[in-house]
Amino acid sequence: MPWVFVAGRAALMDARVTLRVDGEPRSLTIDTRVTLLDALRERLGVTSAKKGCDHGQCGACTVLVNGRRVLACLTLVVALDAAEVTTAAGLGAGEGLHQLQRSFIEHDAFQCGYCTPGQICSAAGMLAEAAQGWPSYVSASLTAPVELDDGEIRERMSGNLCRCGAYVNIVAAIRDTLGEQPR
Amino acid sequence: MRSFEYERAADVDGAVARVAGRPDAVFLAGGTNLLDHMKLGLASPGLLVDVTGLPLDTIEPLPGGRVRIGALVRNSDLAADPVIRQRYPMLSQALLAGASGQLRNMATVGGNLLQRTRCPYFQDLSTPCNKREPGSGCSAIEGHHREHAVLGASTSCVAVNPSDMAVALCALEAVVQVHGPGGARSIPVEELYRLPGDQPQRDTVLEHGELITAVDLPALPGAARSRYRKVRDRASYAFALVSVAVAARIERGSVRDARIAFGGLAPKPWRARGAEEVLRGAPATGELAVRAAETELAAAQPLRGNAFKVKLAQGALAAAMRELAGEARS
Repeated sequence: MPWVFVAGRAALMDARVTLRVDGEPRSLTIDTRVTLLDALRERLGVTSAKKGCDHGQCGACTVLVNGRRVLACLTLVVALDAAEVTTAAGLGAGEGLHQLQRSFIEHDAFQCGYCTPGQICSAAGMLAEAAQGWPSYVSASLTAPVELDDGEIRERMSGNLCRCGAYVNIVAAIRDTLGEQPR
Repeated sequence: MRSFEYERAADVDGAVARVAGRPDAVFLAGGTNLLDHMKLGLASPGLLVDVTGLPLDTIEPLPGGRVRIGALVRNSDLAADPVIRQRYPMLSQALLAGASGQLRNMATVGGNLLQRTRCPYFQDLSTPCNKREPGSGCSAIEGHHREHAVLGASTSCVAVNPSDMAVALCALEAVVQVHGPGGARSIPVEELYRLPGDQPQRDTVLEHGELITAVDLPALPGAARSRYRKVRDRASYAFALVSVAVAARIERGSVRDARIAFGGLAPKPWRARGAEEVLRGAPATGELAVRAAETELAAAQPLRGNAFKVKLAQGALAAAMRELAGEARS
């Protein structure tokens, strides 16, 4: 168990939370200490978000909250009431794979696969940020339109570590989705 | 992790009163540093007052060309703001140099200012640390201190402030707006932070219950030509060994005016007035920038393992100055 109930005090520290997770409404009564990551994995049966470092250093737990990529391990679920949470499992339409998922398969962009759901959610969020014209630290101009070359992709994906070192193919997989219509 | 109560604040006064009234209460904004500290056992609050619903998340013009940044604006939104990108590029760059895309989407301006040092001994409960446990000793002075301070440290603490954003704000002479139980006050960013002295446990001058509500930027037209340069062990997603924020007005190859602050060198963002003085009226060259940094760091007191930071600071300032001079010519 990732959390511990203190006898006699637990009831005081519980909160009722309602969320949408991968399109489904979910409600739960939960200890205020529980992170979004633990709530997804331990309470809601959504295991696509992975626990790597649990301290915001590896990116394996990356999910989209209200469309923005965030770290589920540093998010308290109690603070998320009424939020829309999307994990890698909910990115595709119905049973189909999201184009990033297909591209990761086509480019062999993983070895063990543990960081992959976080990589894919992060890439989805990153592409939306670039589409809004957000610059990065390596952008030559802060105001020019964004062109996602390999250097830009690497910089914008630097919050997702891959211990297998599949970075070359991860960059290629993301690059290959550029210009495609999102589905 | 200790059990805690959670409440959402309805307004600033209520949030301040609630936290001020309980010694074990803290504000919760982005949570990226606080929640990590709670997991590490560095913080064990009994009440979290969530301020993210307060209307402090906008960037607004103020009279005289100033800009007010709400304390709850997320780091990524501030970096991407069109006004910030055009008028204060070193602030955008500093934000983009920090953390990762995910963390920037979560972290707020107020939280970024108040993030605590990443000194490994501070974060490790099994080692002595005067900042975490006053009087227990400093493990870094004789230990691993490659990332630690060469300016402004004391015999009790040599930790550095980790914020990139605060370095740019310091060079800009930004002013922090604070609401507390005794009312509102304004604090220049440079004065927000304390040097450790013999009380390293206090990072800032804020009192318990005081809430940062906004950061005001001066008009400062010269800031439109500015750079933030960060030197670190990895190309991305790492804290600074040395960083520098430079805004310079350059005319016909000479520096008319400059604002400079260093990061990674000290327990606070280090405003480099000595370097600014050397550069004022001087040629906008890398050589002069090296001399300016030498002047600023003449008082540096490196530890056994971090003397390289002195040279690194010179190189960082020189590189930034060359870039700005090149931009002024084009």
